[in-house]
Amino acid sequence: MAASSDRNPPPFPAAEDPEPGLVDPADGDSDEGEDIFVSKTNPVSVSRGVSQPDRGAEDPPDLFSEEEEASSTTAKSNGVHSDDDSDLFAEAHMELNTDKPGSSAKKELSASSGPRSTSTSTQSPAAMQPTSLEQLEEEEAKDSFDVDVAITNPEKVGDGMNAYVAYKVSTRTSLTMFRSKTFSVRRRFSDFLGLYEKLSVKQSLHGCIIPLPPEKSVVGMTKVKVGMDDPSSVEFVERRRAALERYLQRVVCHPSLLQDADVREFLERDDLPRALNTQALSGAGFLKMINKASDAVNKMTIKMNESDTWFEDKFQEVEAEEQQLRKLHAVVDSLVNHRKDLCGNTAVFAKSMAMLGNSEDNTALSRALSQLAEVEDKMEQLHQEQAASDFFIFAELLSDYIRLLGAVRGCFDQRMRAWQRWQEAQSTLQKKREAEAKLLWANKPEKLQQAKEDITESSNRSGSTASITVICLWESRVTQYERDFDRIGMTVRKEVLRFEKEKAKDFKSQIMKYLEAMLQSQQRLIKFWEAFLPEAKAIA
Amino acid sequence: MMEKYNRRVKAADVTTPQSSQYGFLTGLSPQSTLPNFKQNEFSVVRQHEEFIWLHDSFVENEEYAGYIIPPAPPRPDFDASREKLQKLGEGEGSMTKEEFTKMKQELEAEYLAIFKKTVAMHEVFLCRVAAHPVLRKDLNFHVFLEYNQDLSVRGKNKKEKLEDFFKNVVKSADGVLVAGVKDVDDFFEHEKTFLLEYHNRVKDASAKSDRMIRSHKNAADDINRIASSLYTLGTQDSTDLCKFFLKVSELFEKTRKIEARVAADEDLKLADLLKYYLRESQAAKDLLYRRSRALVDYENANKALDKARAKNRDVLQAETSQQLCCHKFEKISESAKQELIDFKTRRVAAFRKNLVELAELELKHAKGNLQLLQSCLGVLKGNT
Repeated sequence: MAASSDRNPPPFPAAEDPEPGLVDPADGDSDEGEDIFVSKTNPVSVSRGVSQPDRGAEDPPDLFSEEEEASSTTAKSNGVHSDDDSDLFAEAHMELNTDKPGSSAKKELSASSGPRSTSTSTQSPAAMQPTSLEQLEEEEAKDSFDVDVAITNPEKVGDGMNAYVAYKVSTRTSLTMFRSKTFSVRRRFSDFLGLYEKLSVKQSLHGCIIPLPPEKSVVGMTKVKVGMDDPSSVEFVERRRAALERYLQRVVCHPSLLQDADVREFLERDDLPRALNTQALSGAGFLKMINKASDAVNKMTIKMNESDTWFEDKFQEVEAEEQQLRKLHAVVDSLVNHRKDLCGNTAVFAKSMAMLGNSEDNTALSRALSQLAEVEDKMEQLHQEQAASDFFIFAELLSDYIRLLGAVRGCFDQRMRAWQRWQEAQSTLQKKREAEAKLLWANKPEKLQQAKEDITESSNRSGSTASITVICLWESRVTQYERDFDRIGMTVRKEVLRFEKEKAKDFKSQIMKYLEAMLQSQQRLIKFWEAFLPEAKAIA
Repeated sequence: MMEKYNRRVKAADVTTPQSSQYGFLTGLSPQSTLPNFKQNEFSVVRQHEEFIWLHDSFVENEEYAGYIIPPAPPRPDFDASREKLQKLGEGEGSMTKEEFTKMKQELEAEYLAIFKKTVAMHEVFLCRVAAHPVLRKDLNFHVFLEYNQDLSVRGKNKKEKLEDFFKNVVKSADGVLVAGVKDVDDFFEHEKTFLLEYHNRVKDASAKSDRMIRSHKNAADDINRIASSLYTLGTQDSTDLCKFFLKVSELFEKTRKIEARVAADEDLKLADLLKYYLRESQAAKDLLYRRSRALVDYENANKALDKARAKNRDVLQAETSQQLCCHKFEKISESAKQELIDFKTRRVAAFRKNLVELAELELKHAKGNLQLLQSCLGVLKGNT
């Protein structure tokens, strides 16, 4: 959970648009000497996350330390937090919730996703720095964005096959572009998909990596609709809720996506028009599939002249990594299943032991066997929690990133398409020029004169439409596409770097959380057996 | 005659899984005064079939009807291991060299563990026989221990196995009939009901414990593969994240070993215990059956005697027959009582020992695991 509990938006290239109105130069931004963050546009007040719980002494809230951490686990302990605004959305001067790791870890696996109790301390101004590509790569952006989202309270609305689950999306922010500081709306799954559709149409042209929403599941949803309250439906809803939360967090973490009006609308607007193109079996759905197929074919036939080996190398890296993650995911899946088996078998064994204890006629032994049965029962509980941890923390992390790597590849594809467009424009231009040359040779002076005049007059592009000839049009297109291509290249590069940083952070924090859960598990195991040992020794 | 057998079992050099040979080094302590044994220390090589032969000879011996015959050691089962080895061989192409060698080592270790276990079970059988005041004097037993040539015991051929099968069917049918006879003696009546229920529940518990432990082993195997996978991820590059992966992979590798050990220990201390008492309780049930059978025979002989006396024909024959039955029954009853009491004592002691050891081992492993996790987390947190 809280996969992106650390959200560090990358420094922005102020390259094309030198934005005005940047906030005051950084002060008090010395995070132990770390470099600061760059904001792109609006006066985003950046606030840092909260310090880690295990660094005992909390400095006064003015000092910002970076990486908020599994402090978020504390919030997860009960969904109750989501209603407790004061706790949750407490601003400024918020001390870090140093909850006892024990309790937090124990409950961290239970469904809830109370919004993090991370604080938004008083906004700290950030400095704007001119960025170049090298600087981008060197800088370590540590600040976290001042938007927190949480998804809670899944509720089934309606009945029968038209039923759906509505989730409460709560946002807490101090950005002024939003109407208020905290607000929440209700959204359903198709709304999330709709958001993704809109974003991909718009942003992907720029080469952004758009986070992916969780996948549709007809089977899972049907069960929920039909109204079965069995554990697998509950698990399904919880899984989806957690995935939606991670998805949304990634979206708001992404600096340029956050600026998007659709995102804001999604977060703020009370009544969102239903996204209709997201149904699996709709016409739009089929169209999408066809488009994807044709894209794939396209990809195979293009061979790009790569001037920058960075892209090619990166692409191969990404592919290799995706493969590895898939393998790992398969194994983790297997582990989850075996643990669930172990869980069931332990429960059955415990009962069997209890029966045996009952029929044993030596009293001390009988008691010891019953105790053993109880220990095994507790072990079952432990295994169940471990399996949940395996799944929700580890397996979901992996599957998220497998799909995100797919999105990264999509990014590269965008760049390739941009290149393609450029090349095509160039070849068209070439053809037009050849046509003109032919005219020349064909000795049609009038037409030639006309063309020449047009060419000279066309140097002024911004006004007289009459003077734009076809060639000039294409010339300008070629220039534009080349620029687009370069720009996408830069964006892709930047995005990939940001993605990698996020990924590293995500993996580290999630795996550490996973290990913490294992640790808790072992501690409890020790307690159980320690309680049992004297019973065993007491057999006479 | 106080004899103490010191028995050390040394595994013979087993080259293939099929062979089931066991070498036994039998030592007698200096206090031995048994005249039959020519030396103090001697060793022979025995096959599994020969153990079965010995066991069966006890069972068939009428003299031992009143004793709980120590259950025969189970047939060594290397099938599972062999299957896994085969699958590994087939899948060799699909994994890296390191993975392959690692898995091969795993399987070899597993095989060795199974082997050690079966050897131990054979040893337990012999020790039980040696500890029994009457059985230890059995001639076959001495031959078994001493005769350093092949005993030429062949496994049962098909015909004999079929005979055995029918014998068992008859026996269980008979057992049902005989069990219906209510015993006058409270002690035996109680034992009968107790053993019946106990046996069934032990059977159940034994099967369930096996399943549970198998799941545990599967989970440990998965962790092994996760460790390998993380290792591959970690070696792709030398970024921070990759170093992280390597560290975690190392942790999982160690953790997995511990988990596998936990499963193995549970197997040894819990599953094997239950299996053993499954077989012993069956042997105890068999004893009760024989006693009941003898009782029924005795009662029948009484009836026959009465009839003979009434007809005044073959009275002497009936009398001797009745005497024999009576004698047999009483002999069995007497020893059976003691045997059953001993059985209880043994059982309680064995459970105590194993449960204590189980708990101690679980604690040891959990603490080991905990320490691993703590130190790894410490390192990882320190690095980030």
